Amino acid sequence: MSTPAAVMTTPSYEDAFARYEPVIGLETHVELGTASKMFCGCATAFGAPPNSQVCPVCLGLPGALPVVNEAAIRFAVMIGLALNCQIASWCRFARKNYFYPDMPKNFQISQYDEPLCTDGWLAVEVDGEVHRVGITRVHLEEDTGKSLHVGGATGRIHGATHSLVDYNRAGIPLVEIVTEPDVRTPEVARAYVEELRELCRALAVSDVRMEQGSLRCDANVSLRLRVGPGEAEKPFGIRSETKNLNSLRSVERAIRSEIVRQAGRLDAGERIIQETRHFDEASGRTSSGRSKEEATDYRYFPEPDLTPLALSREYVEAVRASLTELPSQRRARLIAEHGFSDRDLVDMRNAGVLDLVEQTIAAGAPAPAARKWWLNELPRRAAGAGVTPAELAIRPVQVARVIELIAGGSLTDALARKVIDGVLAGEGGPDEVVAARGLAVVTDDSALSAAVDAAIAAAPELVDKFRAGKLNAVGPLVGAVMKAMKGKADAATVRALLLERLGAA
Amino acid sequence: MTDAPADVVRLTAAETAAAIAAGELSAVEATQAALDRVAKVDDAVHAFLHVDAEGALTAAAGIDARRAAGEQLGPLAGVPLALKDVLTAKGMPTTCGSRILQGWYPPYDATVTARLRAADIVILGKANMDEFAMGSSTENSAYGPTRNPWDLARIPGGSSGGSSAAVAAFEAPLAIGTDTGGSIRQPAAVCGLVGVKPTYGGVSRYGLVAFSSSLDQAGPLARTVTDAALLHAAIAGHDPMDSTSVEVPIPPVVEAAARLEVLGMRIGVVRELSGEGYEPGVQARFDEAVELLSQLGAEIVEVSCPHFDYALPAYYLIAPSECSSNLARFDAMRFGLRVGDNGEAGAEEVMSRTREAGFGPEVKRRVILGTYALSSGYYDAYYGQAQKVRTLISRDFAAAFERVDVLVSPTTPTVAFPIGAKADDPIAMYLNDLCTIPANLAGVPAMSVPAGLSEGLPVGFQIMAPAFADDRLYQVGGTLEAALDARRGHPLLDAAPAL
Repeated sequence: MSTPAAVMTTPSYEDAFARYEPVIGLETHVELGTASKMFCGCATAFGAPPNSQVCPVCLGLPGALPVVNEAAIRFAVMIGLALNCQIASWCRFARKNYFYPDMPKNFQISQYDEPLCTDGWLAVEVDGEVHRVGITRVHLEEDTGKSLHVGGATGRIHGATHSLVDYNRAGIPLVEIVTEPDVRTPEVARAYVEELRELCRALAVSDVRMEQGSLRCDANVSLRLRVGPGEAEKPFGIRSETKNLNSLRSVERAIRSEIVRQAGRLDAGERIIQETRHFDEASGRTSSGRSKEEATDYRYFPEPDLTPLALSREYVEAVRASLTELPSQRRARLIAEHGFSDRDLVDMRNAGVLDLVEQTIAAGAPAPAARKWWLNELPRRAAGAGVTPAELAIRPVQVARVIELIAGGSLTDALARKVIDGVLAGEGGPDEVVAARGLAVVTDDSALSAAVDAAIAAAPELVDKFRAGKLNAVGPLVGAVMKAMKGKADAATVRALLLERLGAA
Repeated sequence: MTDAPADVVRLTAAETAAAIAAGELSAVEATQAALDRVAKVDDAVHAFLHVDAEGALTAAAGIDARRAAGEQLGPLAGVPLALKDVLTAKGMPTTCGSRILQGWYPPYDATVTARLRAADIVILGKANMDEFAMGSSTENSAYGPTRNPWDLARIPGGSSGGSSAAVAAFEAPLAIGTDTGGSIRQPAAVCGLVGVKPTYGGVSRYGLVAFSSSLDQAGPLARTVTDAALLHAAIAGHDPMDSTSVEVPIPPVVEAAARLEVLGMRIGVVRELSGEGYEPGVQARFDEAVELLSQLGAEIVEVSCPHFDYALPAYYLIAPSECSSNLARFDAMRFGLRVGDNGEAGAEEVMSRTREAGFGPEVKRRVILGTYALSSGYYDAYYGQAQKVRTLISRDFAAAFERVDVLVSPTTPTVAFPIGAKADDPIAMYLNDLCTIPANLAGVPAMSVPAGLSEGLPVGFQIMAPAFADDRLYQVGGTLEAALDARRGHPLLDAAPAL
C-alpha cells in the first residue's frame, strides 16, 4: 500500500478489540456430497486422476447444456430448512460472467437476486452464551475447476512457467451460505462455522472437510469505534473480505489479524480499502488480493438454458419431514435425557464419539460410564492405532457389555482394559475374551482366604507395623494378595478381608 | 432401378424414401447422386463447408443392407441431408462458420444429429452459415459466402444460407437449419423453399452451439411442406439433455401437411407486418396468397399486434446479451483456435489474442453490444426493458390467437439482395428479420412457404401458430402450396435457372 508499514503502529489485539467493535459477516461454500455433478452425470469422487470425471457439459464444450441435479436441490433445501430459512416457491439460476481458465464456460451458473433460501438464522453458543446469527441467503451454484501453477516457488500464479487445469471439480454442486453482519467476535465466527459444519454433517449433505476444500469460508470484517452507554451506534466501516479460510483455526486467526491490521490503519488515520485479502497460515497475516473497487462487473442475468425452479409446498414439506435431528436439538435432548453437561458434549463431539456414546447407552449402559470409556480409554486406543474411535474393532454394544460386567462386579477397570485388548485383537466378544483369558474377578472365598492368609504369614513386619497403628501398611499387603491372585480379585474386597483378619474390623 | 441419377436429385425427400423402400433406388445411389450434384455445383454455390462422402456412403450402405435383410425402415430412410454447421456431429468438424472453431471435431452428437441418424437420414456434410448464426446473408461466414441458386450474385439468406442453398440447388432434398430471429424462414423465403421454426422447446438444443439460448431452435428446410413435416417429426420430441425441451407429444405435422383444407379456419393478417418498406412484388404475392386462402374457405381477419413494432430493438438487446455470455467459452483453453501462445504470454493474453483473431466483425459487434447491455447500471434500461417488451409481444400473440387460428405475414420485406449490398450497413441487414423475430421472442412456431416470384426471385409467405400447434402451420402451408402449384402448373423451384 502507499503508506509504509513502519509508520503505522500496530496495536495489540486486546487493545484493538477494546476500542473498536468488529462487524463480521461470513460467506461459506459447502460442496454438496451428491453422487453426480450439479448439471451433468459425472462422478464427484475426491482425488480421482485429473480430468477423469468430465464430459461435454462440465467441460463447457460448444453445444452442451446443463440439466439440474435434483439431489442438489434437495440438499440445499435441507440446509435452508435446518437454518430456519424461507424456501422460495419460484427462483431462477443466473449466470455470473467472468473469464478464468479454470472456469469452462467463462460463466458460473449461480443464483443472484432470486436465491433458493432466504432469511434464516443459526444459534451458536460460546462460553455458555447463545448468539443468534442471521442467515441472509443460501443459494446453489457450480464449482470451478482447479488450477495448478507449475514452475514457481510458491505454487501461486506469480513466477509460474505454466498452469495445469483439472476440471474434475468443475460442476460439483456448491451451496453458498451468507450471514448477516451479525457476528462481533472472532470466537463467535469460528463457532458459527463449526456449528454449520456439524449441521451439514448431521444432514449428511456434505463431508464438510475443510482441509479438502469441501467447506471453505470467506470472512467480511470491518471495524467501528465502540461507543459509551446511551450513545448512538456508529455506522459500519468499510470491509475487507478474506477468502478461502480452510480451517476453523484460520477463521479465528484471520479475523483477529484483520482486526489488528484495520485498527492500525484507522489509528493512523488511513482509510480501509474495500478489497479481497488472502490469509497466510505461516505468518498468520492477511495480504491484499484484488481491489473490489476495480472489480469485475459480473453481468448477472437469468440462465436461459435452465427453466425456473418452482418447488411445490408438498415437496418442501416432504423434505422438512425427512430432516434428521439437528445438532442443537440433539444437544438439548442429550442434556435432558442423560444429564450431560455442555462441557461433556463439547468433549464428546471433539473426540468424535457422540454417536458411539449414544449407541452404547442405547445398548443398556449408564450414561456416565459410556461417556467415561469413550472419552478416555477408547480414544487412547484409537490414537495408538491411528484410527478414529468409530473405526476401532469394538462395537458400542460390546462396550456396553464390558460396562455391565464391571457394574456386576465380574470385572475391575484393570481387567476390563484387558478384555478390551482381547476384543480389539479379534478374540471375540467381551464374554468370550473373559472366558478364554480367564479374566473374571475371583469371588471364590476359599482361594481368596488362602491368599490373604499367605500374605499375612509372609510379612510379619507389615503386620507388626499395622498393629502398631500404621494403618497404611495394609497397602503392600493388598498388593501382595492381588499379585498372588494375578489381578483377578477386587481390590476393595481384598482390603476388607485383610482388615477383618488383622482384627481391625 | 433408375439409371438416371441426374433426376434422382430432383426427387422430393418423400419420393426418394418411397423409391428406396420399394427397391427402385438404393440409399447408396441416392447418396452418390447427391454427392455428384455437390461435386458439380458446389464450387459455384458454396453451400457446404465439409462434405463427408465416405461417412455418407457408409451410412447409406448400412441402410441398404438392413433393407435387404427385411428390416422395416423409417419414412426418410436413405434420404440425403445437409446439416447446418452449428450442430455437432461426431466424425465431422463443427466450425459454426467461425475461424475460432477451425479444426474442432466434437466428441459427441447433437440430439438432432442423433435423431437424424436414428431415422436413417444420410448426413452429407456440414452447411455454411453466418458465423455463429449471426447474420441474414451467409456473408458473415469466415469461410466465404454462399450464393443463391436462383441468382449466384445474390445472397441465399442467413444464417442458414448453406442449408437453403443446398436444397434449392438440388444438392440435397433436406437440410437442417437453426432459427434465432428468422434464420430458417428468411433463407427458405429467398430460396423458394419451405422452412419451419418449431415451437421453442419442441426440438432439443443439445449440441446446437448456442447463439441466443432463449431464442435458438433447429428446424427443417425442404422443397415441399410434406418433406418438411417428415423431417420435423424425425427431429422433434422431448430430450432430457435439454432443460428447455418440453415434455409434450410431437404435434401431428405429417397428418396436417396432407389435410389440404382450410375451410372455416380463421387466418389473421398482422397489420403491423405490411406497408412501408415492403417491396411491391412481395406485398402483391402475399396479398394474392391471402386471397387464395380466402377462396378456399378460410376466414380472413385483420389483427393488430401493436408491440411487434418494438420486436427488432428488443431482439437486438436480448440476442446479443445472451451471445456475449454464450461465446465466452471460446477462449483457446480447451478446443479450437489458439493464438499467441508463445510460452511467454499469460492465459488472459492468449484468450484475448485468440478472440481478436478468431471472431469476425459481426460477432464482435454483438458481443460488445451484449456485454454493454448486461453491464451494471445499464441492465435495467436495456436487457430488463427488452424482456418486458418480450412479455408484451407474447401477450399480443395470446390475444391474437384468441381470435384466429394462425397469423400470416410476408416472411421478409424484400427478395434476395445482391451479395455485398448490405454488408456495410448492419441496420439494413437487421431489418430483414422484421417479420420473423416476433415468433422467436414469443417462442411460437412459424413457417415460410413459397408464395411465388417477384421479378424472378422467390417470395416467402409466413404462417405463425400458437405454441405446440405446429401442425396448423403445415395444414395452412400445405394447402397454400397445393393451390399455388396447381395454379402455376408446376412446383416453384422448376422455375429456377439450371446450374
